[in-house]
Amino acid sequence: MGKTLAEKIWADHVVTSAQGEPDLLYIDLHLIHEVTSPQAFDGLRMANRKVRRPDLTIATEDHNVPTLNIDKPIADPVSALQVETLRKNCAEFGVRIHSLGDVEQGIVHVVGPQLGLTQPGMTIVCGDSHTSTHGAFGALAFGIGTSEVEHVLATQTLPLKRPKTMAINVEGKLKPGVTSKDIILAVIAKIGTGGGQGFILEYRGSAIRALSMEARMTICNMSIEAGARAGLIAPDETTFTYVKNRPHAPTGADWEKALAYWQNLQTDADAKFDQEVFINADELEPFVTWGTNPGQGLPLNSVVPDPKSFKDPVEISAAERALQYMDLKPGTPLKQIKVDTVFLGSCTNGRIEDLRSAAAILKGKKINPAITMLVVPGSARVRVQAEQEGLDQVFLQAGAQWRSAGCSMCLGMNPDQLKPGERAASTSNRNFEGRQGKGGRTHLVSPLVAAATAIKGTLASPADL
Amino acid sequence: MDKFIAHSGTAIPLRRSNVDTDQIIPAVYLKRITKSGFEDGLFAAWRSDPNFELNQSKYQGATILVAGPDFGTGSSREHAVWALQNYGFKVVLSSRFADIFRGNSQKAGLLTVILAQNEIEDIWLAIEKDSTTQITVDLNSRNVEFKDATGNQRKLNFEIDDYTRWRLMEGLDDIGLTFTKIDKVENFEKSRQGFKPQTIPVKS
Repeated sequence: MGKTLAEKIWADHVVTSAQGEPDLLYIDLHLIHEVTSPQAFDGLRMANRKVRRPDLTIATEDHNVPTLNIDKPIADPVSALQVETLRKNCAEFGVRIHSLGDVEQGIVHVVGPQLGLTQPGMTIVCGDSHTSTHGAFGALAFGIGTSEVEHVLATQTLPLKRPKTMAINVEGKLKPGVTSKDIILAVIAKIGTGGGQGFILEYRGSAIRALSMEARMTICNMSIEAGARAGLIAPDETTFTYVKNRPHAPTGADWEKALAYWQNLQTDADAKFDQEVFINADELEPFVTWGTNPGQGLPLNSVVPDPKSFKDPVEISAAERALQYMDLKPGTPLKQIKVDTVFLGSCTNGRIEDLRSAAAILKGKKINPAITMLVVPGSARVRVQAEQEGLDQVFLQAGAQWRSAGCSMCLGMNPDQLKPGERAASTSNRNFEGRQGKGGRTHLVSPLVAAATAIKGTLASPADL
Repeated sequence: MDKFIAHSGTAIPLRRSNVDTDQIIPAVYLKRITKSGFEDGLFAAWRSDPNFELNQSKYQGATILVAGPDFGTGSSREHAVWALQNYGFKVVLSSRFADIFRGNSQKAGLLTVILAQNEIEDIWLAIEKDSTTQITVDLNSRNVEFKDATGNQRKLNFEIDDYTRWRLMEGLDDIGLTFTKIDKVENFEKSRQGFKPQTIPVKS
């Protein structure tokens, strides 16, 4: 019997395996940032250990950094100390770092692909659950905790039990105005926040093949919201074209060797997945979440659901709690929900294509005066490119704020936070209670819906303008 | 890491599903660079509610958290595990844990035990009826023991893979275990494909 893509990449990285023990997996690339690494470096120091492969490790500052006045010292002393600790640790252990102000600084999952460090067939880890993003290249990429960060720093390996595999088949053609964000929100609504637990997801089918690399990253990014540590897409010409000529892409004879290897990175025709899910792309509509977990989503044309309409008692109580937190009444059309803030950014939707698609809607228009809109590029380089294309002027003239790169309001760790009771349409990945600020309410949307909502003041798609 | 053989204590019911790691500890509390002091941030948004279970005097001193399904979803922050440990929890029981959270807990020595949802319900009923109910979680025999709300002594079996169980019972550090196989890592590195990227040139 053949192998799935995930099984092939796994097999190519097993250092050693023994009956009754987890496999020891080699890690090709380790991305680090300020929040989940300080205790890991402390652990190394206490045990008098080195970073085994600084040449396979790279750091950036993203989670807690401000997106305003980045030329000045970080105002919050606790955040400043955390960033300073990362800089000191990288200097002490010889790890490359891109700090605030550097053109390669940005959200770790935007930086890796941009530099060409993310390539097909690799194992990639980071102390961040959205590491699944890199799976878009046909890499096995997943988030790890700080103990595992220390393990990878010390040994460049991780002991892991091989997950099962699940195929997410998305066949058909997306309608105009429907994006990869809508695909993944529909997938999570279908299989639930726990549906992918214990699995590596492989996104397949004609609708996936038709997507750009950046759109694929949006899908893989949110695999974790379905409970799967990793999600991937087989590499193809779209992938190879994207990687070629990037700073760390192989060149010359190495490129040819790499390409020959990458072209074999596909699930065999006779391979069996442990589970399969089918989604019809023709039928998808712009999707939006109404609740407090990413599985609580519906097409934008729907109404807020009645908790009693769910079968499972756990789902009923979760929906009741969610509607109370979100201050929503069953039966309200989603398009009547007024928002205060629109956030365009994050490792899910903070890339140049995301900014372009939102700018195309906002061009020559003004956002609703009741709305605050933050546009936060995923990396400093994305910001530079957007400015070269004049996108910053489109956003500014529409009345939005143009910020510097970072995770920003996606997780509200820096000053970019919702106030209690404020409601956001957000292109990020999590609508958890208080995620974007204590008491803040989040509706997850695509960049197109974010832009249309900013103009209209209520949840809207470009077709509603 | 401390050895974990068995633990007995009282428990707190947390009747909510999908308690994600942003609920366990919000991002604004993640700025510390140590592994201690995170108890202040534990369930921060709910701690101001006097009815929240952690605030009820009858549950003070509890060391076992009995959670709803899909506990620990979301972010990979191990701070969520540290916050639970810093507060005093030794064990979390749930019918379903998120993968990364469970992995982190097993590295840090917080025992996460999976029971069926109807068994979790029985434990909730027992501790809500009598908050002094003693629960014993025995990793050696893989059992959870308690007296249920109807007065019956219950012994529930749970599954945990042999390797993790052994590692927790011995209090072994994973990194130390991997160093015993470091020659295999060296061999693997010799056979890695030459076209794989490097972040910086290797120092000679």
